[in-house]
Amino acid sequence: MNCPECDAGLGIPDDAVTGEIVSCPDCGADYEISKEGSDVALKQAETVGEDWGE
Amino acid sequence: MKVGVVGASGYVGGEVLRLLLNHPEAEIAAVTSRQHAGEYLHRVQPSLKGFTEMRFSELDYDRLSDGCDLVFTAVPHGTATEIVKALYDRGVKIVDLSADYRLHDPGDYGKWYGWDHPHPDYLQNAVYGVPELHREEIGRARLVACPGCMAVTSILALAPLVRAGIVDTDHIVVDSKIGSSGAGSGSGTAHAMRSGVIRPYKPARHRHTGEIEQELSAAAGEKIRVSMSPHAVDVVRGILCTNHTFFAGGEPPDERALWRLYREAYGGEGFVRLIRDKGGAYKFPDPKFLVGSNFCDIGFDVDPDNRRLIAISASDNLMKGAAGSAVQCMNVMCGFDESAGLRHTPLTPV
Repeated sequence: MNCPECDAGLGIPDDAVTGEIVSCPDCGADYEISKEGSDVALKQAETVGEDWGE
Repeated sequence: MKVGVVGASGYVGGEVLRLLLNHPEAEIAAVTSRQHAGEYLHRVQPSLKGFTEMRFSELDYDRLSDGCDLVFTAVPHGTATEIVKALYDRGVKIVDLSADYRLHDPGDYGKWYGWDHPHPDYLQNAVYGVPELHREEIGRARLVACPGCMAVTSILALAPLVRAGIVDTDHIVVDSKIGSSGAGSGSGTAHAMRSGVIRPYKPARHRHTGEIEQELSAAAGEKIRVSMSPHAVDVVRGILCTNHTFFAGGEPPDERALWRLYREAYGGEGFVRLIRDKGGAYKFPDPKFLVGSNFCDIGFDVDPDNRRLIAISASDNLMKGAAGSAVQCMNVMCGFDESAGLRHTPLTPV
């Protein structure tokens, strides 16, 4: 499965479980894995960001 | 292989020596400095103490050509024109770190440097020293002209975009920040005047613009004009270029397509890293994380409201911006492993 953001291979292991977080090796996007049987879906993981613009 | 360094008392010459002293194929045979002839290298380049007992010698063309297979020239702009010619005529391979043989069009020297090139016929012998763009030509060359530090940092970020024809080539704006070592060791910029500085020093018509236009025009296959504004900032080493471009007509490529474009250009390159991280402190290229290395880090962001594509690039001005590129070019010219003597992890924190 490829990263929805940058298209790099994510290399999700076969034994990954629902709720596990995977990070893209290229762009660092974090995804939460959701599994139904052998189907794997990704959703953006929640992260805390910096804000230097105040 | 025996190498010489002409003009080794400055920052760039010192960096060339640092790299050569640890190079598996190169042996330093001669190091010249008019000002410091007879002195031990480490009296002028104190970081080299314990690595060599060599002394600076006077510039002697015959001695250099007899004793060296390749010579690095690291002298001020304008000074290298005669030195390079004299060495070239004696059959030595040369890597010139000045600007004197970078521009292919003799007329550009009047435009960007304010003087006429005394040996315009020799410009055609020089290859612009960016292996990522000119590897085969460099491999065949006897004279390589190393690029300007801000120029190469911008060119590497922008070349894939103009080559692919996805940006408006009439509106490219290069905003550069560079550390104090980019001004050279003799520029008289004292700490008191440098510390804390964020100083625009040539908002229009900086001389590196000529190189950027030359190389991007070649990549795009059309004449390209670039607007460049450099700033001096309060670091010793490092360059950050924020290169503003605007998408050409039609539907802009999505971010995945931009990733693919850069991966295609640099996926196999040992000294270009693509940096665009969604998390952490290192989201975009930042010279702080490459100081001492030969990397040029490249990233991008998209401002869809303004059809703006911001290509961001960083390098160490003394490495990929000067001595690192020079040694990389020597490796290509001489058939060595391209990363020989250059595979340093950056020094962090600095």
